[in-house]
Amino acid sequence: MQKGLFITRIFRFYLDGFRNMTVGKTLWLIILIKLFVMFAILKVFFFPDYLGKFDRQSDKQEYVSDELIRRATNP
Amino acid sequence: MIETINTSVIDWSRAQFALTAIYHWLFVPLTLGLGIVQAIMETIYYKTGNEFWKKTAQFWMKIFGINFAIGVATGLILEFEFGTNWSNYSWFVGDIFGAPLAIEGILAFFMEATFIAVMFFGWNKVSKGFHLASTWLTILGATISAFWILVANAWMQYPAGMHFNPETVRNEMASFWEVALSPVALNKFFHTVLSGWIIGGMFVVGIASWFLLKKRDVKFALESIKIGAIFGIVASVLSIWTGDGSAHQVAQRQPMKLAAMEGLYEGREGAGLVGIGLLNPAKEQYNDGKDPFLFKIEIPRMLSFFAERDMDAYVPGIANIIEGGYPQKDGTVALSAEEKIARGKQAIQALADYRSATSDSAKQQAQAALDEHFRYFGYGYLKKPSDLIPSVGLTFYAFRVMVILGGFLLLLFAAVAYLSYKNKFETKRWLQWTCFISIFLAIIAGQAGWVVAEVGRQPWAIQDILPVSAAISNLSASSVQITFFIFLALFTVLLLAELKIMINAIKKGPN
Repeated sequence: MQKGLFITRIFRFYLDGFRNMTVGKTLWLIILIKLFVMFAILKVFFFPDYLGKFDRQSDKQEYVSDELIRRATNP
Repeated sequence: MIETINTSVIDWSRAQFALTAIYHWLFVPLTLGLGIVQAIMETIYYKTGNEFWKKTAQFWMKIFGINFAIGVATGLILEFEFGTNWSNYSWFVGDIFGAPLAIEGILAFFMEATFIAVMFFGWNKVSKGFHLASTWLTILGATISAFWILVANAWMQYPAGMHFNPETVRNEMASFWEVALSPVALNKFFHTVLSGWIIGGMFVVGIASWFLLKKRDVKFALESIKIGAIFGIVASVLSIWTGDGSAHQVAQRQPMKLAAMEGLYEGREGAGLVGIGLLNPAKEQYNDGKDPFLFKIEIPRMLSFFAERDMDAYVPGIANIIEGGYPQKDGTVALSAEEKIARGKQAIQALADYRSATSDSAKQQAQAALDEHFRYFGYGYLKKPSDLIPSVGLTFYAFRVMVILGGFLLLLFAAVAYLSYKNKFETKRWLQWTCFISIFLAIIAGQAGWVVAEVGRQPWAIQDILPVSAAISNLSASSVQITFFIFLALFTVLLLAELKIMINAIKKGPN
């Protein structure tokens, strides 16, 4: 019972806080737009995990070691 | 087979990373600095119960919140870039880089996120003491967050506490504490956070001066200026101390960076520190015999003192570091760049041998060769010794911009504090304008510091271990160019949004 009341109080604390925001509402809108652009557009279309094309760890190891060996000017 | 990588990919990727980091660093120092100032003001309110201080703290807290909200998550883009543009690096550093960032994300971020809600929503809803504690814990969380990020950066400047595993092609953490508490990490943390405090102090003094120029909220402005100026003096003095520590660390771990910072081509005992100077643009090679300076004013023997705590100590120049042969503090003779490149190639060959070995004995032999030369691993990617030289001009001038502006800001804080406590600042309009403009100078000083740290350590992504040419992904330059300009547009829009919201909030004032 006590726990429930405590959670309810915390919920109301946040709810009232968000409701009474003035500048904060605009800021949250900017934050949400920014996160959407970052994760739904930039990360997906422009910043894929380069080594993500390999399914297995051993393939990633092999690829990076080949790259590191081949890029040396005269290994 | 010799694989070459398009240098324009490296340049565009570096430019993109620099753009993102510079943008990110517009918000972070203001969060760190302004957070402390607002917490001090709230502490005064807690002690005195005076509503004036509550309103004053709330005003700066609102500005803090705007800056925090616009800046939040901008650092994540740097992590995107690691995975895409710097995939070899990301794999190679393994857990060393991941661990501090994970701690930062889990511990510090959640600490900030929890208490920031109480800080903004909790006025009149929680006790004054709990609210004050939340305010301090919010800024403590932000500072701890900065610590772990700077630990990761410091490891790139001074890789310690790890062992390279040729089986996984990754560096594995051997000692968490050597990574987290390396002298470079600790010094970098304090120096960087203090630079944020200076920016925060200057921001408060500058914005409060704007109120005086507008002849409004005078009491609020004058009291804010007093706190901002004192805070700025403390931060500036401590910053001189940690800056001295930084120079000493650079001399020990990254002598080429120190030589570039000073435009020092030929080392000497009792080396002087260049106060101001103009580099000779005709000097194109480290060994062309041309004077590196058109003119310079030196403080005699001071560079030796900063570097080695001994005014007569030897400080190597760019030519010496490349040619080697000078005695080092541990009694050994410095290797030439040619020798380091040869050892680096042996290390890379040992990695190749290990990867192709079919027997345990062959692997052990390759492992032993790799361990012996691994500290020179990155040198094996350099085509010629002069590839070791960073941009001397950019490093030299950025260092002076940082130091000169830092000195100017200390004097300005001192003058403002003196006049404020003598009740004479309110009439000094020219000084108020200077303070307002100096907000931008403080930001420039902070950015210049990062230019010194990052440009000065080129060509390394990880000092001595991995140059940027080996760290980069095999991407096309055009794809990086596209994302560079997307970022430029996105960041510009966000910055304009912040400025608009922040200016509106400032114009409304504390009342």
